[in-house]
Amino acid sequence: MNAHQTLPADDAKPAYNYAYLDEQTKRMIRRALLKAVAVPGYQVPFGSREMPLARGWGTGGIQVTAAIIGPDDTLKVIDQGADDTTNAVSIRRFFERTADARTTEATEEATIIQTRHRIPEAPLKAGQIMVYQVPTPEPLRRLEPREAETRKMHAWAEYGLMQVKLYENIARFGEVTTTYDYPVMVNGRYVMAPSPIPKFDNPKMHMSPALQLFGAGREKRIYALPPHTSVKSLDFDDHPFRIQSWNEPCGLCGATDSYLDEVVTDDKGGRMFVCSDSHHCETRREAGHRGAMLADASALHLVEEVKS
Amino acid sequence: MQTENLIAAGFTDPVFQSQAAFRAVLAALSEPGTVQTVSGAILPPDGLCAATATALLTLADYETPIFLPQQLRDGPAGAWLRFHCGAAILDAPAGAAFAVIDSASATPPLAAFDLGHDQFPDRSATVLVQCTALTGGESVTLSGPGIAGNRSIAPQGLRPGFWAEVAANAELYPLGVDLILTCGNALIGLPRTTQIEETA
Repeated sequence: MNAHQTLPADDAKPAYNYAYLDEQTKRMIRRALLKAVAVPGYQVPFGSREMPLARGWGTGGIQVTAAIIGPDDTLKVIDQGADDTTNAVSIRRFFERTADARTTEATEEATIIQTRHRIPEAPLKAGQIMVYQVPTPEPLRRLEPREAETRKMHAWAEYGLMQVKLYENIARFGEVTTTYDYPVMVNGRYVMAPSPIPKFDNPKMHMSPALQLFGAGREKRIYALPPHTSVKSLDFDDHPFRIQSWNEPCGLCGATDSYLDEVVTDDKGGRMFVCSDSHHCETRREAGHRGAMLADASALHLVEEVKS
Repeated sequence: MQTENLIAAGFTDPVFQSQAAFRAVLAALSEPGTVQTVSGAILPPDGLCAATATALLTLADYETPIFLPQQLRDGPAGAWLRFHCGAAILDAPAGAAFAVIDSASATPPLAAFDLGHDQFPDRSATVLVQCTALTGGESVTLSGPGIAGNRSIAPQGLRPGFWAEVAANAELYPLGVDLILTCGNALIGLPRTTQIEETA
């Protein structure tokens, strides 16, 4: 039997609520967010919903953004620092479609910045909200697989196991080899996973003027860092925390103080280092900064060179 | 038909009014001591100020029992919240996710509300404290997460000994209730992380 499907008219209103989530879900997420802000670094359980994309593609961050976004907001979405990668483009388009959101690539214009694994190089301002997509919110999970146990470890601030793990790293390799998702101590109480941002970005979290919200959709956890909150990367007195550094500047914009991605350029061992934050790199190039490989990349039409 | 028994209207545009109100509450709790205003204020029922009513309408529903002091519970405020939020209205502080207290009525001490559990500190109550004004009262100095350095507030119309209760609540961190001071359409957040110092 053929059932006839009636298609909605072109001007019909979408069948979902503003910002996709229903109001009941938003209230639940909003309550979780307020408790997360009140206990910085503590992971608040929440009822993560099925989203129109697979878990692991940023459903936690999307649900947090959907619960906070309004008509006055300007949204920026980055994926590994870049505004133009698949995840960033599709999430930006999701909110353009479901929330009629104004979007931008400029860090300073955005009021909400949803990020997968980077903090923009441009300093954040008061009033901005960072939303992190978190795959594994529990920093102790690899050390203790049982949720009932890790919950007690957080409750009683028993973080010896984490220090032992860092110590064993130092004993075997001479330094802490964790380079991303480097554990931090928040407000002197909770050990928190900063999401898989490179440890280069950890110092930007400390006393940041922006509000930082973390959503883990698959693991159903929300946590937060209010502005001006102490965030200390775990270390030892004789092995202080260090961030990554590079021997060469960005190949396109010549920046020496940004986080660089290594890009393989041919099969003969050629490689270049470029800023992971695409907006930061473009802004610098527009300001006239030139890296050693900019002319080559421009000749191949990989980037547009600003002629001054 | 008795018009005085009618329940007043809630949000006229629930999606956007609740979003704006939530952002005000989020800003208040993430930057304790700053005065935030809820815009597009609704006409609150007797006994609730606009900020209290808007915050509850934004955050409460059938999952979150609300504690009200007796005279509010039996008055239009109780009926209004039951109707618009679908929330259970409790007569005892234990088990309440939200609570409204003021100095006008006899209300339980902060320690009587749910303070959370050491493994689930998020299960504590959020207490809305209705003040007569948010400025001009006895000044206290705040410090802690969300505050660069320190910040002063001076709300009026709080019960005697209130600040000692708030300081004792902050001692319980990571447990404790979170407070939202309200008056008119303005509110100030005081999460449990905020340290209170009374300035003599």
